[in-house]
Amino acid sequence: MTTFEAILLTIVTASTPLLIAALGELVTERSGVLNLGVEGMMVMGAACSFAAAVTFDSTLIGVVAGMLAGALMAALFALLVLGFAANQTGSGLALTILGLGLSGLIGAPFVGARRDPVAPIDIPGLSDIPVIGRLFFEQDLFVYASIVLTILVGLYLMRTRSGLTLRSIGENHTSANALGLPVWRVRFWAILFGGACAGLAGAYLALVYTRFWSPGMTAGRGWIALALVVFAAWRPGWVLVGAYIFGAATVLQLHAQAAQFGVPSQVLSAVPYLATILALLLLSIRHGRAIGAPGSLGVPFVPDR
Amino acid sequence: MFSAKIFGALVGATVLALSASGAVAQPKDKVKVGFIYVGPVGDHGWSYQHDQGRQAIEKAFPGKVTTTFVESVPEADSERAIEQLARTGHDLIFTTSFGFMEPTLKVAKKYPNIKFEHATGFKRAPNLATYAAKFHEGRYIIGQIAGKMTKSGTIGYVGAFPIPEVIAGINAFYLGAQSVNPSVKIKIVFANTWYDPAKEGDAAKALLDQGVDMLAQHTDSPAPIQAAEARGKFGFGQASDMERFAPKAQLTAIVDNWSDYYVARTKAVLDGTWKSEDTWGGINAHMVVMSPYKNMPDDVKKLAQDTEAAIKSGQLNPFKCPVIGQDGKEIECKGQGALSDEQVLGMNFYVKGIEDKIPQ
Repeated sequence: MTTFEAILLTIVTASTPLLIAALGELVTERSGVLNLGVEGMMVMGAACSFAAAVTFDSTLIGVVAGMLAGALMAALFALLVLGFAANQTGSGLALTILGLGLSGLIGAPFVGARRDPVAPIDIPGLSDIPVIGRLFFEQDLFVYASIVLTILVGLYLMRTRSGLTLRSIGENHTSANALGLPVWRVRFWAILFGGACAGLAGAYLALVYTRFWSPGMTAGRGWIALALVVFAAWRPGWVLVGAYIFGAATVLQLHAQAAQFGVPSQVLSAVPYLATILALLLLSIRHGRAIGAPGSLGVPFVPDR
Repeated sequence: MFSAKIFGALVGATVLALSASGAVAQPKDKVKVGFIYVGPVGDHGWSYQHDQGRQAIEKAFPGKVTTTFVESVPEADSERAIEQLARTGHDLIFTTSFGFMEPTLKVAKKYPNIKFEHATGFKRAPNLATYAAKFHEGRYIIGQIAGKMTKSGTIGYVGAFPIPEVIAGINAFYLGAQSVNPSVKIKIVFANTWYDPAKEGDAAKALLDQGVDMLAQHTDSPAPIQAAEARGKFGFGQASDMERFAPKAQLTAIVDNWSDYYVARTKAVLDGTWKSEDTWGGINAHMVVMSPYKNMPDDVKKLAQDTEAAIKSGQLNPFKCPVIGQDGKEIECKGQGALSDEQVLGMNFYVKGIEDKIPQ
């Protein structure tokens, strides 16, 4: 394996959790709900998936538990912002704080446990192609799932009737309600989907990426996922691009240091964030206006009676 | 009303403190010891080891000592937590992160009859002692092991931030390696975080991808050594024994051992002999402990054990003079036959042979 291949492989692993979490949040936000609790749902996903995977010695059960944990957290959020029309920003922040604390409690008995690596799926023949072989055909299942998920989310939002309903509810919930569209139900499922995705991203971190549990191990990735949705102007394809740019910038700065390029590491650490700002700038220049945000994003829905 | 109440409580506490200060040196039957941790107890690293020390106190003085701890205390918000312990009847309070220095000093001045101990700081008061450990002694030993064991001739180091403590560790590690392998090269990556398992792992992978086969780390999670394990390379545990994360890769670990110190200081409070002092102990003081040497040939193991013994007896100092800087000039020797403690604590240069530059 050449250094180049190795770098590409690391970039894919660094990008995947960001991609999965950001896709979930994208769907939630497209339905008009801003959930700032991604970090909390993600870290709960990490704790619960690891706890379940160790207890039942099964990665699959771990993954399911992680997604359920994320979805449960999201359901709590849905109860607040849909049921009680609570402030979404505040509820989301509370969800993050709750998740960070609760995950520490759930994970406490599992501190110090470890899991064996999840074996990559090797597609015989194809994975022997130089350079791209291992990159495309010898990844773990999560990586393939994240790509498929991107396509499915894109197709769902843009090509299905149900996706159109979701988007129109996000753009203007009052009109959608007047048209008889089920605002609450659609938003509930969109929030749940976002939670499950965040939980899955957490499961990936705990079961594949680090393979151990320690409190607060998501280290801000939930917030990056939130930024990616804005960066992508609420488009699934751009979330994929953004996640990979971010992953690449993170990994490349580490390689630049090891190769002794002589650039200060602090500057290099800032590169991913500078890239985000630059991309936002370019996007808004191209569009010439505030871009892509769903019209009802963050506004509590209280129907006229 | 509220502030008046607090004021009243403070005055009361001060009066109590003044009236009690005559009895400071008296032995006590029961002691309550409090701890403030910067991270979660489950970090496998820094805070985890301090908590091991706390548990050691409970075991050492059954029935005489009760302990409490507050974990994950943000440095900016630590004064409240420290004062809380001071008000709830603690006799001895350990604050275990550099960033707790000013808040500890402030609370210590308010409560003169309570003993405070601050880890890794330099500000003391009659009731505030400081303590730290010479981890660079351990890093010299693992440097020798890495220098002997490397096949690629390049060893790697995942650092947290380019601060003196980390720089001194890198230098000690490299000097150790150079002492047994003069042509050895080192690659250094700063993760710019103490604790982000995924990023620490990525930093380790970057080094491994670039030909490093021996990996030392100065960040808190077991992710780097685990990355070495996954690639069939070798590494060294940081702060606590990380063997369970990397049974094949861990050659040894530099273990922070606060237990002996905490037990001794608690005993001093029980006996009424506690004094404010500065303790900077290493292998000799049993504050730095090397976990069992494993996964290495017998001659390397012997070398490591001999070096450990030499450091313990005081024969060997990792920063013995002459220490040559990157520019080829000798660093002024301010200590006795070695760099002085101040020079080590404020180290801001790489030694000769390290080709990288310190990020400024």
